[in-house]
Amino acid sequence: MMNTKLLGALAAAALLSACASEDTSGAATGAGTTTAPVSSIRPGSQEDLVANVGDRVFFGFDSYNVSPDQRPVLERQAAWMSQHPEVQVTVEGHADERGTREYNLALGNRRANSARDVLVSQGVAGGRISTVSYGKDRPAALGSNEEAWAQNRRAVTVVR
Amino acid sequence: MTNLLVSRRVALLGGAGLLAAPAIVRAQGAPAAPAGGQQVIDINRARTDPIPIALPDFAGSSPAAQQLGQNITRVITNNLKNSGLFRPVDRAAYIQSPDAAAATPRFQDWRVIGAQALVTGRAEPQGDRSRIEFRLWEVNSEQQLQGTAYTANAANWRQIAHVISDVIYERMLGEKGYFDTRIVYIAESGPRDRRTRRLAIMDQDGENNRFLTDGNAQALSPRFHPNARQIAFMSYANNQPRVFLFNLDSGRQEVLGNFQGMTLSPRFSPDGRSVVLSSTRGGDANIFVVDLASRRERQLTSGGGLDVSPCYSPDGTQIVFNSDRGGDQQLYVMDANGGGARRISFGNGRYATPVWSPRGDLIAFTRMSGGRFAIGVMRPDGSGERILSEGWQMESPSFAPNGRVLTFYRESQARDSRGSGYSSRLSMIDIAGFNERQVITPTDASDPNWSPLLSS
Repeated sequence: MMNTKLLGALAAAALLSACASEDTSGAATGAGTTTAPVSSIRPGSQEDLVANVGDRVFFGFDSYNVSPDQRPVLERQAAWMSQHPEVQVTVEGHADERGTREYNLALGNRRANSARDVLVSQGVAGGRISTVSYGKDRPAALGSNEEAWAQNRRAVTVVR
Repeated sequence: MTNLLVSRRVALLGGAGLLAAPAIVRAQGAPAAPAGGQQVIDINRARTDPIPIALPDFAGSSPAAQQLGQNITRVITNNLKNSGLFRPVDRAAYIQSPDAAAATPRFQDWRVIGAQALVTGRAEPQGDRSRIEFRLWEVNSEQQLQGTAYTANAANWRQIAHVISDVIYERMLGEKGYFDTRIVYIAESGPRDRRTRRLAIMDQDGENNRFLTDGNAQALSPRFHPNARQIAFMSYANNQPRVFLFNLDSGRQEVLGNFQGMTLSPRFSPDGRSVVLSSTRGGDANIFVVDLASRRERQLTSGGGLDVSPCYSPDGTQIVFNSDRGGDQQLYVMDANGGGARRISFGNGRYATPVWSPRGDLIAFTRMSGGRFAIGVMRPDGSGERILSEGWQMESPSFAPNGRVLTFYRESQARDSRGSGYSSRLSMIDIAGFNERQVITPTDASDPNWSPLLSS
């Protein structure tokens, strides 16, 4: 009886500390990204794109048009690519889980192409951009709710 | 691994040859004529009233033979029970011993425990081969409906059990079975944002599972060739999503062709000479057919939308596919040359993943409506829609070769932002919408595709 209770208390303590350490590390990472000196990020790298430009745009349900509020991200990406003429990118198109796999592969491809078209319209040479679709098979957010789906309907620009 | 598969198959063909050879045993002069008239059970009746069948262990003259007999009987029993159309009689109720029944059934003993059919048999290992003999009896008329002996490579005992199951199914129900078949599918493992997806194959009862690819390149959408020895699938090899062919005899894979964009959702034509698929050019996705001999492609649709998931009618004259050309995902049927596309789905919601029944009478599909997914069937003209199963998420139905059962995959909803509680599992269901059950696989699974009968 005694032993059981003791064990229970220990297990509970271990759980709590695991939670605490998870939270701390998460916070530390977040702070590090925003306050890190600019010099630690190599210009023209993926980190540079993520931290200073924005690597992704989001889409509405079953939609593949770049909406006016998302377009500035791609315009900034195009400007950034003109600053870094050596950079080549792959635009990865994705879908949320609320569709069938094969259709979502085609939908992800269409989203990647929509994003690519905006980059090209902003003066980026088409030869610097390739596209690939992962459909619903590589979600960024793992939940099964509206918030996660909104994060997963995306086109992500990745430096090759 | 693949070689094992090949030798099984080759040996299997030997077994099948013997099936057709005059190894048929006829006891009591009962004719082995096709089950006709009263012996054919109405499937719709069997559904609500499954056929009670007694399956005593096949007898054997040594411990090894008895073990083999037990193993075979277990596989047959499992097959028939899982079909939902048979009810194996409780073994504890048996009066006559299996050994005695194998010699001469005392029909009164089987009648009194409610068995309508009785299966007896004998198993004899003979070196590296096995001889399996079985008889199917109708208990009331005391008639032998079938008596057959098989000799095959000892390693193929499971396949013999499946062949016998198919014979019993056909004699009792008047239509072909589906037990001597395999299922190719995608084995999934790892967290959902970094999932490993491998091509895998197993017997329809979940046994003999093998992984065919190593998981370095994500694999999706596997489909059997009509000869069951080749698989078309989509692979992300070199991060270029394209349709590949996997040869089960050699274990080798090759890219189907060098298309400009992504190629996806392959499906063989019924004659096995070509592959119909979807190919992207820019943002559009259109249906193409690729001739396997010349590798020449022909474009069938140019609708300016997303056309995916094409599937031929069994006579090869028509193709059903999925398109958003009308605004959202619906099902369309066109002529095999690409002309005359007409929409066939008009119910509530979006429709996807159409697949034509091998019988030609139905098209199975995924329907998404009101936040729910469902698997259903409709006639090729779009009439007679019926939903068979519904849930959080399910898709990708594939017919058993007799058109009687569908396999598909079902996903469960993640409970939290880490994706806990998510799973993806294979199911089977009778096309009448009953007897849904999960197929046990070693890992999460998706995209099942059912082979034709292997030894037909």
